[in-house]
Amino acid sequence: MTRFIIIRILQSIIALIGIMVMVFFLVRLSGDPTELIKSPNSTKEQIEAVKIQLGLDKSYAEQFLIFIKDYSRGEFGKSFMQMRPVIEMIGEALPNTLKLGIPSFIIGMVLAFTLGILGAVRRDSIIDNTVKFLAILGQALPGFWVAIIAVLVLSVHWQIFPAAGMDTPLHYVLPVGTMVFFMLPGMMRLVRSSMLDVLDSEYVKLARIKGLPERVVIWKHALRNALIAPLTTAGMIFAGIVGGAIITENIFNWPGMGRLALSSTFSRDFPVVQTITILIAIMVLGANLLVDIAYAYVDPQIRYEKS
Amino acid sequence: MSNVVLQVEDLHTSFFTRMGEVKAVDGVSFLIREGETFGIVGESGCGKSVTGLSIMRLLPEPGGQIVGGKIILEGKNLLELSKKAMRAYRGKIVSMILQDPMSSLNPVYQVGDQIAESVRLHQGLPENMVEPEVISALRLLRIPAPEVRIKEYPFQLSGGMRQRVVGSIAMSCKPRLLIADEPTTALDSTIQAQYIALFEDIQAKTNVAIMFITHDFGVISRICDRVGVMYAGKIVETAPTREIFKAPKHPYTVALIHSVPRLDQKDERLFSIEGQPPSLMNLPPGCRFCPRCTVALDVCKEQQPPEVKISDNHSVSCWRVK
Repeated sequence: MTRFIIIRILQSIIALIGIMVMVFFLVRLSGDPTELIKSPNSTKEQIEAVKIQLGLDKSYAEQFLIFIKDYSRGEFGKSFMQMRPVIEMIGEALPNTLKLGIPSFIIGMVLAFTLGILGAVRRDSIIDNTVKFLAILGQALPGFWVAIIAVLVLSVHWQIFPAAGMDTPLHYVLPVGTMVFFMLPGMMRLVRSSMLDVLDSEYVKLARIKGLPERVVIWKHALRNALIAPLTTAGMIFAGIVGGAIITENIFNWPGMGRLALSSTFSRDFPVVQTITILIAIMVLGANLLVDIAYAYVDPQIRYEKS
Repeated sequence: MSNVVLQVEDLHTSFFTRMGEVKAVDGVSFLIREGETFGIVGESGCGKSVTGLSIMRLLPEPGGQIVGGKIILEGKNLLELSKKAMRAYRGKIVSMILQDPMSSLNPVYQVGDQIAESVRLHQGLPENMVEPEVISALRLLRIPAPEVRIKEYPFQLSGGMRQRVVGSIAMSCKPRLLIADEPTTALDSTIQAQYIALFEDIQAKTNVAIMFITHDFGVISRICDRVGVMYAGKIVETAPTREIFKAPKHPYTVALIHSVPRLDQKDERLFSIEGQPPSLMNLPPGCRFCPRCTVALDVCKEQQPPEVKISDNHSVSCWRVK
């Protein structure tokens, strides 16, 4: 098991290096940041001076070496636009994102697992049909549209919930609701179908043959097996939280990572975009690793093969 | 005669689907005595497994339903029991072995835990007595090194070994009736022979009544004392095994026995019965085997044949048998 974890960490480091190379060059494909900084009457000399200041006068190869050197020492540079350390900007945005993302993740997963399992256990009941209807509705309606409609109805028309800001718990209702709406349908369907497969299995039949009460059949014999497939998806959703919810944060004017990423991309603020992308990559790789370890915990066969 | 353990009387089980009622079991009666092995043989879809699941009262839901008859186990009609009382019977007084050993054990729990669960549930033993009981259940099925096996997971065992574990679970609480639904079909033939010998031995030790469901007459000849031949939801012939091989009376039984491959005959082509069993949603008015029968009479098309007792323990439903 330890060996398996070490191998997976090494694989993750190699993947991370690949991601850094790609991020560096892809970001530079978006164009020259000085184009956006200069004013109509800036002189060529002034523009050159800015380029030298930002380190953009050097060749790509040199820039890349500097980038690798700085990042490996944990120096993420300064924003081109705000001239502040990137780490400081992320330090402001990340907590806001987590304040939105973590409650949404918890609510989303609890609802998805509860409704998915209930739907499967009471197959074709009212609960199940509601679950199926909600899942189809949720996947068919674009989340941003639902969010805008919710703002129009609940904050503009009826003025129940505020549409922007983050001061009171009430401010959280619409953005958290939007994020849950994004996560819930797919996850709920996945849990339901995974649970249905397991409930149909021979070992669940055998558990009933033994005379076990239905609650033990479902919570002990079925659930643990049904968890295996949805675990990966849950891990990926969790990793995605750090990147911020680009759509939700922009609709609700939420000063988090998603908005920072979007505005930095538009202003060609290379250091910010690079750092955010790499941070997301680290989270995804880390979540993958955690999911693999969780797999080994749930499924003994994986545990034995890996040790 | 020893005591009757199970008596099934005029059992009717149907599946209610969108297309209509499927009469999977349509008036089946038989009995099994202590220490006896009763075989139910027939093609797939004839209702033999559904008969087994009806006795367990574990029909697939929604849709499966027992619509009539009696299932009397040790003097109690199981169809009159509450759900909770029925659960207390399952695994304790009546148990079942399923066909596929690869999928009938839970992959995420240790073998010992899966047996211990039954022991705890039905025997009310103090916790320090559970493990010895589990080990003795594994010993009964002659599983080598049971002390080691209890800590293993199903994927660490071979198919034959897994089926023995399933047998241990079934026998762990000394049931009076064991329903074995094609327990040897998924095993290869040497393992199959061992498994059958094992059950003869277990039966001699425990006097359990066994209902053995199979499509394989070869297996029947090895283990069963008496046989019921099932066709399209009905038992068409019941007789002692020896007699059914020597003097089968129903044309379907004759054809089935004739289609068992034999090493001592040099037939180039294996005999097979022409046609398909009838749809259980749209049964013919007369004898159900009539459309495939080579010796059918006019009356066979119109009326169902009555059951005729040709000796004490041999009965047939065929117009040709008087």
